[in-house]
Amino acid sequence: MIAMLANAFLIALREIRRNLARAFLTVLGIIIGVSAVITMVTMGDGTTEAVKKQISDLGSNLLMLRPGVGFGPRSSSAGVPKFSETDVEAIANQISGIAAVAPVRSVSMSTIYRQEARSSQVTGTSIDYFDINKWIIEEGRIFSDDEVQRGDAVAVIGDTVREELFGTEDPIGKKIRVGQASLQVIGLLKAKGQVGMGDQDDTIIVPLATMQRRLGGKSSARDISQISISAEDDADSDRLISEISLLMRQRRNLQSNQADDFNVFDTRQIAETLSSSTKMMTMLLGAVAGVSLLVGGIGIMNIMLVSVTERTREIGIRLAIGATAREVLWQFLVEALTLSCVGGLIGVGMGYLFCIVLAPLIQVDFVFNSEINLLAFGFSALVGIVFGFAPARRAARLDPIDALRHE
Amino acid sequence: MTEEKKEMRLIELKGLTKTYGQGAAEFEALRGIDLQIDQGEFLSIMGPSGSGKSTLMNLLGCLDQPTTGSYLYEGIAVEGLDAVQRSLLRRYAMGFIFQGFNLLARTSAIENVELPLLYRGIRRGERHELARNALHSVGLQGKEKNSPAELSGGQQQRVAIARAIVTNPSTLFADEPTGNLDSSTTLEIMELLTRLNAERGISVLMVTHEDEVAKYARRVIRVTDGLIETDTGVTRERAEVLT
Repeated sequence: MIAMLANAFLIALREIRRNLARAFLTVLGIIIGVSAVITMVTMGDGTTEAVKKQISDLGSNLLMLRPGVGFGPRSSSAGVPKFSETDVEAIANQISGIAAVAPVRSVSMSTIYRQEARSSQVTGTSIDYFDINKWIIEEGRIFSDDEVQRGDAVAVIGDTVREELFGTEDPIGKKIRVGQASLQVIGLLKAKGQVGMGDQDDTIIVPLATMQRRLGGKSSARDISQISISAEDDADSDRLISEISLLMRQRRNLQSNQADDFNVFDTRQIAETLSSSTKMMTMLLGAVAGVSLLVGGIGIMNIMLVSVTERTREIGIRLAIGATAREVLWQFLVEALTLSCVGGLIGVGMGYLFCIVLAPLIQVDFVFNSEINLLAFGFSALVGIVFGFAPARRAARLDPIDALRHE
Repeated sequence: MTEEKKEMRLIELKGLTKTYGQGAAEFEALRGIDLQIDQGEFLSIMGPSGSGKSTLMNLLGCLDQPTTGSYLYEGIAVEGLDAVQRSLLRRYAMGFIFQGFNLLARTSAIENVELPLLYRGIRRGERHELARNALHSVGLQGKEKNSPAELSGGQQQRVAIARAIVTNPSTLFADEPTGNLDSSTTLEIMELLTRLNAERGISVLMVTHEDEVAKYARRVIRVTDGLIETDTGVTRERAEVLT
C-alpha cells in the first residue's frame, strides 16, 4: 500500500511536471483563495488588536459624559443642552470613587505657523485632562494652575501638529496662530499613534478659559461638550454610571417620564462595541475570502475533470500496460491533492507576504494567527480530496479499449 | 516432439465467443474460436474490418472478457480472473504496441519506456538502465531525451516497441503496428519485430490487414464473421520471409 502510494506520488509528480502551465493555472485559484483568507483574517485581527490597544491607551477606568438622546448610531445631540462648569464641579464633589474630572470643549480650527497652515482639533480643558487621557509630555510642560485660572495664551501640541507645522524645528516657546489668537507652545505630547479612531496626535490642548476667552468666545454658560471622568482603580463603574446619571437628571431637571438627554459610558463599553464590530468585519471578510477558496477548489475539480477527458488516451495506455484501476484512481487523487497542497502552501506564503506589506500601509499590527494559517491550508487540502475524487473515480472507471480508441 | 510442444503452449482458446449489446441490438463479434498458439510464434491475424479480429486481439490481450468459452494463457485460466488480476497479467507477461503509437506526449522517450517499470515498482537506477537498454535494442541510442513530437513515426513506434519489451514479456501484442507508417519504415519495424521474435524468443501476435505485413509472420489466420476461416499453421521459416 505504501509502495503503491509512493508510486502514485511519483507518477502524479511526473504528470504535473509534464503540464506545468496547466498545473499553475489550476492552483492559482487555491493560491488566491488561501492568501485572501489569511490576509483578510490577519488584517481583521490586527485591527481588532489595534482598537483594543487604543482603548486601553485611553485608560481602562475612563468614563465619558456626553449630551445626546439615545445611544449609538441613532443618538442625537441636536437641541440638547451641553454641560456647564458647575456640572463638572458637582460631579467632582458629590460622587465618590472619582479620581479626576475634566471638562472638554473641542473645536476644529485653523492653525498657522509661518507659512504652514492646517486645521486641527483644539481642545479646551483642565490639567486633569492629561492624566485622564494618559497623555505623556515628551518635551516642555503642561499648563500651571495659574495659567488655567487666567486663561493664558499657551498650548500643548500633539506630535502630528508639531510635524506638520514645525517639521524638524523645536516647537517649544514658539508662537502659533490658532483661530484669531496667538498662542505660545509650552509642551509637546508623546505620540500615541494613529489607529482606528483617527489621528489622536492631531490635537492642540489649551486651558478651557483660554478657549472661552481668546478662541471661541463664551457663547453660553453651557459650552462643555464632554466631561471626561477617571474612576479610582477599585471603583465599580456601573455604580458610577448610575450615580452620575442620577445627578445629571437632577441638575438638568428631568421629570421621571423624560428620557436621559445625555449619555454616560465607560471605555470598556466602547471597547466591547468596537471590538465586536471589528470581529464581525473580520468574519465577514474571512467568509468572502472563503468563498474564493471554494471557487478555487471547484476550479481544481473542473481542470481535473477536463483532464480526465483530455487524458483518456493516456489513461488507456496506462491501463493497457498493466496499471490497475486503483492505481489510476490514486494517481489522479494524489495529483489533485498535490496541486491543492502546493497551492495551499504558496497561498500561505503569499498571505504572509501580503500581511507584511499591508500591515504598515493600513497601520495595524501584524498579528500572526497560526489557527487561520492551519485552517486555510487544511481547507485547501480538503478541497483537493473532495474535488479530486470525482474525476479520479471517473478516470479509474474507464474501459481500456474505449480509452485507447479515444481520439 | 508433441510433448515438448505441449510444454511450450502459450495460448489455448476453446469455444471463445463475445457478444456485445443486448436484445435487438445484440451483436455476436466472435462465434466460437478454437485456437492454440505456442511460445515463440509469430502470428498474423487478418480479416476484413468488422470480422472480429480486433475483438479477438483485445480478448487475447486481456483487455476484454469473453462472453463464453475458455482462455488459457501460459496455463492460467484468464476467464476466471478479475480486472485487477488481468491488469497484473498484462503488467508482467504482455507488451502492447498500437497503430497510433500511443506514447505520452511531452514526455521523453526514456520516460515513456520507463512507464511500465514504474508500475512494477522497479527502482530508479535499474529503471534507467533497463529503459536505456530497451531503447538501444530498438536502435534509438541517443534519442533518450527526445519527446514524441521530436521523433519520426518510425522512431515513435520504436519507442513504443521498447516500452513493450522493457519488461521482458512473453508476448508482444501488435495492433496494426505499421498502419500509420510509410512502406520503407514499415519494412524497418517489421524487421525489428522479426528480430525480437527470433533473437529473444518473444511471441508476436499481430493484427493487420496488409498482406505485405502479414507475410513476415510464420503463421497467418484469417477471421471472417467471428470465426477462423483459414489457418496456415506454422509453415514458413524466418529466412524465407526475409528474402
